[in-house]
Amino acid sequence: MQQAFFWLFAAVAVGAGLFAVTRRRPLACALSLVVSFVGLAGLYAQLGASFPATLQVLVYAGAIMVLVVFVLMLLNLPEDAHDRVPDPDQDRMWPVFLVAPLGILLVFAVRGMDLPKELPALPADFGTVAGTGRLLFGEWVWPFELASLLLLVAVVGAVVIAKKKLD
Amino acid sequence: MTLGHALLKAGIGFLFVLQMLPLMIYLERKGSAFIQDRLGPNRAYIPGVGLRLAGVVHTLADVVKLLTKEDLVPKHVNAFHYKLAPALAMFCALAIGAVIPYAHPVSFPDGTVFRVQGIDLDVGILYMLAISSIGVYAVVLAGWASNNKYSQLGGLRASASMISYELSMGLGVIGLLLVYGSVDLNTMVAKQGDLAFGFLPKWGIVVQPIAFLLYCTAAFAETNRNPFDLAEGEAELVAGFHTEYGSFKFALFFMAEYVNIVVQSLVMATMFLGGWQIPGVSHEWLVKPENTALVLKGILGFLAVAGTFIGFRLLAWHKKNRMVWKDERGREGAILAVLLGFGPAITAAAVFLLWTSGLGPSSAAVWTAVIQFLVLVTKALLFCWLFIWVRWTTPRFRYDQLMNLGWRLLLPLGLINVFGTGLLVKAGIL
Repeated sequence: MQQAFFWLFAAVAVGAGLFAVTRRRPLACALSLVVSFVGLAGLYAQLGASFPATLQVLVYAGAIMVLVVFVLMLLNLPEDAHDRVPDPDQDRMWPVFLVAPLGILLVFAVRGMDLPKELPALPADFGTVAGTGRLLFGEWVWPFELASLLLLVAVVGAVVIAKKKLD
Repeated sequence: MTLGHALLKAGIGFLFVLQMLPLMIYLERKGSAFIQDRLGPNRAYIPGVGLRLAGVVHTLADVVKLLTKEDLVPKHVNAFHYKLAPALAMFCALAIGAVIPYAHPVSFPDGTVFRVQGIDLDVGILYMLAISSIGVYAVVLAGWASNNKYSQLGGLRASASMISYELSMGLGVIGLLLVYGSVDLNTMVAKQGDLAFGFLPKWGIVVQPIAFLLYCTAAFAETNRNPFDLAEGEAELVAGFHTEYGSFKFALFFMAEYVNIVVQSLVMATMFLGGWQIPGVSHEWLVKPENTALVLKGILGFLAVAGTFIGFRLLAWHKKNRMVWKDERGREGAILAVLLGFGPAITAAAVFLLWTSGLGPSSAAVWTAVIQFLVLVTKALLFCWLFIWVRWTTPRFRYDQLMNLGWRLLLPLGLINVFGTGLLVKAGIL
């Protein structure tokens, strides 16, 4: 059962990810990415991390991707605009040859890793709201605050750029 | 977990919400008629018997009509996404219902505990927010895939308002989290059994009135109901995002709206009105067999009295109208009086008089859950009626007013509420 669900979610995540880079309609790409995020959330949930799984759906699939879709719909490219996008099958295949060696290397690296047979027991609050919160505001508080600062800078920058255009 | 147990859980998750659908549609029609001083739909009848059952048959006729209509897919639509959208709308609406705790976990004498809840998630309310944020895609997809400017505009409006109001919704929830210290709905309901300030039940609406206001307003925007139903403003957009939909695909959107109302009402009742808690009556008191029997007898007595009253009212109505219609409809009032009034009243009275033996501990546990379930449903129906009431009494907002309300009023209010609640919780007052 566990195995079946793992393969299901993994297939959804990877398959939708492939769709996201191969579809020619921008909106179809964005929606595939949403499905991929939901698949990832399923994998998180299977690991017992219900809080990160929910946040994955809430923040990535729900909030960020809605904004992406929103912008795509506002731009609303006419149908023939897709013809000007180069055909992925012809022109965009060469990056595969760049990425493939990296993937093979990764497979070998993971296979060569010395993984313990018996996995260590997880703390009781692993992946719960309380557990994640304690990690985030305890051990990892500085990286967390730095990331917040980065986001704040991005927001201020966006406002400044948008304001110039308005004025 | 056995298969039966699993099926029961899955059933609790969404069957009840689905069962509320016809009731909601009936309430909407009769409610609007009541507010506008009309009779409302009452012409559909069962052929042969001549029974119209005060408009209930309309709901049935609707389903038959929508199921037998031609299932048309226009040529200019993006077929895959066009078909996906209504299914997604319905799925998202139903999936939220799975986390609502309908009663205190039922513990049987042999030690098994049954949670009257579809899925027992520790992220509770966040799951609800996550699924409803996915629900935005249904509207967006429908608008985009229809390939029609009205649909597109409707989809854009809906997504913009849903994104804006999700923020205030989240901020309202944060206020509650600060007070109850948990996102788990079970814990939240359990904590609402305490007393606030020594005499009031510690319900969400008592300790977090601003959060309630925020959440309630946002719930109207999330369900795309009046006064925030600009996504389907028929004066400007024909029918908005579902302009191109017909037959049962339209029905799915229509049903999703009502499922959303029921689910949001249940969530609001759970978070702000104490869920299944009865003020002043603790679960420990209620679960004792003699107390459960007492409360059950009270409910039966009430049913008997109320049923008799309704029966006499209907009979009076019947006597007044009997001579007006000289056909099968003449019998209708009498049949209704028996079906809705005297029938339930006599049954309740009979059970009340004949039932003398006490309750065993397991049946007491089950009946306690039933009573708590009824309490929650009563509270939720209050909100269901609020949704209908508001729809038929307020005009639609203008779009810029909608955005101003969301971003300039509700969002700052939510932030202030979170800050103030934080201070009060730290000071130990809440």
